Amino acid sequence: MNIKAFALFKKDFHSELRTRYAVNALIMFIIVAISVILFSIGNEKISQSLTGGLLWVVIFFSAMSGLSRAFVSEEERGTTMTLQLIASPSTVFSGKLLFNLILVFVMNIVIALLYSAMFDAFVIKNFLLFLVTFLLGNIGLAISSTIIAAIIAKAGSKGTLYPVLSFPILLPLILLLVHLTLNSLDGTSFDQSLFELAMVACYDVIMLSASYMLFDFVWKD
Amino acid sequence: MAWKIFLFLLLSFVSVAGIAFPIVENPTHWYEFPLIKGLEQNAKIIFFHVPTAWLTVVAFLMSTIFSIRYLARKNLNDDAKSYAAAQLGIIFCILATITGAVWAKFAWGSYWSWDPRQTSIFALLLIYGAWFALRSSIESEEKRATLSAVYSIIAFLTVPFFIFIMPRIMKGLHPGSADDTNAGPIVNFKMNGNMQLIFFLSLTAFTILYFWMWNLGYKSLIFKDKINKIYTKG
Repeated sequence: MNIKAFALFKKDFHSELRTRYAVNALIMFIIVAISVILFSIGNEKISQSLTGGLLWVVIFFSAMSGLSRAFVSEEERGTTMTLQLIASPSTVFSGKLLFNLILVFVMNIVIALLYSAMFDAFVIKNFLLFLVTFLLGNIGLAISSTIIAAIIAKAGSKGTLYPVLSFPILLPLILLLVHLTLNSLDGTSFDQSLFELAMVACYDVIMLSASYMLFDFVWKD
Repeated sequence: MAWKIFLFLLLSFVSVAGIAFPIVENPTHWYEFPLIKGLEQNAKIIFFHVPTAWLTVVAFLMSTIFSIRYLARKNLNDDAKSYAAAQLGIIFCILATITGAVWAKFAWGSYWSWDPRQTSIFALLLIYGAWFALRSSIESEEKRATLSAVYSIIAFLTVPFFIFIMPRIMKGLHPGSADDTNAGPIVNFKMNGNMQLIFFLSLTAFTILYFWMWNLGYKSLIFKDKINKIYTKG
């Protein structure tokens, strides 16, 4: 099962390398989003706490523009039936989740680097806390957006509904991540943020298990 | 039929009592409410606002339960029940949000201040909105039922997070919050006997009203479905 999931991931990876559809769109989206923020700020000095929140705004909208491709692309190419025949639902989900995980990590590392280069106020005092937050947050983001992408691929209006459906599901995660990012900017100690980190880890585990359980219903017609 | 008359009388009594009974410093008569420090005359909203918020949550819970039942049994009637519950849920959710915001204008000075409960009800409103948007985008009945059931279960799983993280992230202004100093836990200590009685009567009356509306709602949905099927068959 793991080999099959990995083969599915490799298939997605190669087709992505060939067309570079998601990556190109994502990179342009990140640049556009960050420059819009920079233009709207102008010469204003923005506070440190605002940069922490804006980082996740950029990440959320970038994720919404790029991650829905996972299942929609199969639907568009008409390869859903083939996948249903050759692999079990959980295998398909593992493959897609792996691809989205890699995409989220690459995307967010690019965003974080660009962002810290562009905003002087964005200085992380507690780097370990930020790193753990970033890691757990990206995993949660990838899991939730993959299962919503699966739902969206089967629904009628594919593009517009994705952020609408994802936002309520991602809201607790984003609130926690913004809070944790602010803590790491303030230099709050790791121990004081342990509760929030545990909640993010809980979110990841709950969403992962729920997604695996519910994906069968979404995938089988 | 008798229970409908009873419900009408109960709701009438609760409405009249909730609005008209005076709030005084030291209640001596059975129809007088005690003065709660920090709330004063604003306290009367408890008879109408709290039941709507309670029914929002009940409707959401029922919608999720019938979603799970749909996925287990694949019976479209369960989907109709879930849909009817959510329809009522969004109405009560809007009512709770608006009455709360109007109350907040008088009690806190602004309509909206991102109090933990305001944020939670806003999240519920978003979930309901997204759920209806999803349903309206799918043509096929079975597909619509399955996908919306899956979405409502996933959305339900996020609710515990709001309960646990909100008090840590933002300060509570809402009466009954953990760090609310002046109004305190209202239900247990600050309300006297008759205020509690009318509050719980109101809660009961609104809950019965909800179940009645839900019953009518899902039955009409199922009948509509049957009639549509008869017509399409020819």
